[in-house]
Amino acid sequence: MKKTDIVIIGAGAVGSALARELSKYKLDVTVVEKNEDLGGDSSKSNSAIIHTGYDAKPGTLESQLVVAANPMYDKITEELDIPFKRIGALLPAFTQEQFEQLPALKHKAMMNRVYDVEYRTGEQLLKMEPNLNPEVKGGLYIPRESIIDPFLLCIGLAENAADNGVHFLLGTKCTGIKVEEGAVTTVQTTAGDIETKYVINAAGLYCDEVAGYVGKNDYYVTPRKGQFYILDKNTTCKVGMIILPIPTKVTKGKLMCPTMHGNMLVGPTAEDMLDKTDKSTNAEGLASIATDVRKMIPNVNLRDTITQYSGLRAQRNPEGLNIDVYDDLKGYVNISGVRSTGLTGSVAIAKYVVDLMIEGGMHAEFKTDFNPIRHGTPRFAEMTNEERATLIAKDPRYGNVICRCETVTEGQICDAIHRTLGARSVDGVKRRLRAGMGRCQGGFCGPRVIEILARELGITPEEVRKNDPGSEMLTGKGR
Amino acid sequence: MSKKIYDVIIVGGGPAGLAAAVGAKKAGAENVLIVERDISLGGILEQCIHPGFGLKTFGEELTGPEYARRYIKEVLDLGVEYKLGTMVLEVGDHSVTGVNQKDGLFVAEGKSIILAMGCRERTRGAIMTPGTRPAGVYTAGAAQRLINRQNMMVGKKVVILGSGDIGMIMARRMTLEGAKVLAVAEIMDYTAGLTRNRVQCLEDFGIPLLLSHTIVEIKGNKRVEGVVIAEVDPATKKPIEGTEKLYECDTLLLSCGLIPENELSKAAEIKLNRITSGPEVNQFMQTNKPYVFACGNVVHVNDLADNVSEESERAGKYAALYAAGKLTQGKEIPTVPGTNVRYICPQRVCPEEPATLFFRAAAPQKNVTVKVLADDKEIFSKKLIKINPGEMEKVEVKPEQIAGAAAITINVI
Repeated sequence: MKKTDIVIIGAGAVGSALARELSKYKLDVTVVEKNEDLGGDSSKSNSAIIHTGYDAKPGTLESQLVVAANPMYDKITEELDIPFKRIGALLPAFTQEQFEQLPALKHKAMMNRVYDVEYRTGEQLLKMEPNLNPEVKGGLYIPRESIIDPFLLCIGLAENAADNGVHFLLGTKCTGIKVEEGAVTTVQTTAGDIETKYVINAAGLYCDEVAGYVGKNDYYVTPRKGQFYILDKNTTCKVGMIILPIPTKVTKGKLMCPTMHGNMLVGPTAEDMLDKTDKSTNAEGLASIATDVRKMIPNVNLRDTITQYSGLRAQRNPEGLNIDVYDDLKGYVNISGVRSTGLTGSVAIAKYVVDLMIEGGMHAEFKTDFNPIRHGTPRFAEMTNEERATLIAKDPRYGNVICRCETVTEGQICDAIHRTLGARSVDGVKRRLRAGMGRCQGGFCGPRVIEILARELGITPEEVRKNDPGSEMLTGKGR
Repeated sequence: MSKKIYDVIIVGGGPAGLAAAVGAKKAGAENVLIVERDISLGGILEQCIHPGFGLKTFGEELTGPEYARRYIKEVLDLGVEYKLGTMVLEVGDHSVTGVNQKDGLFVAEGKSIILAMGCRERTRGAIMTPGTRPAGVYTAGAAQRLINRQNMMVGKKVVILGSGDIGMIMARRMTLEGAKVLAVAEIMDYTAGLTRNRVQCLEDFGIPLLLSHTIVEIKGNKRVEGVVIAEVDPATKKPIEGTEKLYECDTLLLSCGLIPENELSKAAEIKLNRITSGPEVNQFMQTNKPYVFACGNVVHVNDLADNVSEESERAGKYAALYAAGKLTQGKEIPTVPGTNVRYICPQRVCPEEPATLFFRAAAPQKNVTVKVLADDKEIFSKKLIKINPGEMEKVEVKPEQIAGAAAITINVI
């Protein structure tokens, strides 16, 4: 039986951040993730925003952790080579009713210790973002709201954790947790049992199921779907900042913002669902995005869409971010209620949990040889011609452009496949490199990526999958 | 980085680029370079293994690769230079920046440049089909490449959305390779592609063509498990509630239109036409930048490779003349798409030279008269039994017909 000190269940943002944080200590850490690749569920289908926490519920753990997390990103993204940019957000008010909510929202920001939120007049807002509805009456400017590449956040954290010794068991589902004499002893998985001293439940959408294994499911999780449009980089109406609607209790609302790579993101909806596997888009939801966002950005051109996707938020009932340890259950940490600010809060949640575990008696000796630096796959598209020439001289495969739309080379694909926790599927290549995320959506590069994956992984083309087992791209050879 | 000054640099070595190279050489250009991103010359023809090419040009019925080889042979015989596996990153001022494994990054300089990048396919994302995002959703061209170049089948039970030529060709192709094609759904009430393909690919194989239908949902978690097809209101094109039918399948192919691939042109500030999505050209295939020419599907989506070859040889000829300083610019007049005409190519005409005007109807019509007007004066007319947006038409105009006119209009009545 495998033996480890700590099992982390889930390799989404929280699990990956925990893995990286714990890899700083002389501890044996194992991450168990049911999906074939990193990134969890919600962590790979969200609005890619690093929040300030200005609109959290003051006094809550969520408020504390999100506000603490935001300033951490400059250093972390630099160390881990993760695309990140502090572009700022505007919260415009278009009706008298919305305008009258602004003072309360500003005060809430202060209560959340997000002190750098400022008022702006309608005129000032239009100067900052000319595509705003000209009827804007005024609003708030939130300078530290930022955008990030959410896939590379998880991948960067996890790769660095693995490089520093964390074991990752992908495609491995936790099926049970054994407790003996009030302490966790074993995690049961589809790949066998793991003897462990600690278990951290970072299973997001499924954290209630995992909590159920140890009888700590005094809450349940329902999926709240969010659908998004992605617009072409050349779309006629672009915004330069995150444009936020006045939030409601149910959702932060439908926004429009740039992505790290120059597309526009529009959405999300907020639809309560029952099926945790239903990530489909639907016409009604997509249409509602158009209606709502046009109130803020009247000329948004959704016909320039290159794709739509939907993600599932893990909605806790009762609501609220909870991080729990129990006197009657040693070694178990429950993380639930990570929603809307999960991506942001992940790095602070990780620090908080480790601190909690140490306070609870975990012996954790700091590693002197922890390497915080991760170099990602070179981003050919962002390089100068001189940098490109140097790269190709070192490895000619960087001279073979495979993805025309996003300018991704064979060298990059091979690097992404062979590095720690490398890509093993079409989606794995896509999320690490953007090959297939362009306007042709894999029409040109798809057949070539399949070929390269088969060659580099030493499998037949029929075995190449889009993501998890059952998603094979091809059904066989020609006759 | 290496530099060499060519007379003509051609971006793309498919049917358009190959014919342009031949035209340029025949017109006296000494140094002609083709830059091609694929591993071989021939472009999209390499995967079009079905026959039907060359009826006009060679009086024979050839497959795509055979047709390509006729031009490739001539290109080689004429001493045209070419780079394969080379992606053009930028079309600059009398230059082209490319990248490949052998040369690395390079800038090639040319007195004239011909854009021949062809098209890409409209995607599921662009048409916003709701549902899940499983494996098994392909554009028809990508599926064609996989079976015809990589010998891999994308699926066993197929539904096709769109009656474009590629969709119909793939319906037959997949059937011949042992797949079951359940239906081709087409949102319009007429076939998008050539009539002969409807007959030879669908009717001859008993594959149902569902006009005024579209796909309203894709189902399947990891792999396509089915698609829901609904009837649409012919006027609004909106799905009619209650007509939804689930077709169980493992593959959805999309043939919903081709889009000229003009990212390089846009970046080079070439003026594009809103309707064609391609560069606006005169009858010499010259864009708004005098040294930049364009031909083939990058200008407007063609139905017949033969037309592409004719147009592209012309582009090559005039690019070569331009490079030699022998192309005189006169005042140009616009062509105007009139009644039931979606677009005309070329968009501008030099009245001193003859011009072939290619055009498409906006909607299908029977028993029509095509009228060509120089200002208000009718200069040419012909009767057609039927006209179809999926089949490009052409008319010729002579300098004596259009001298002194401010515009040339085509009406289909």
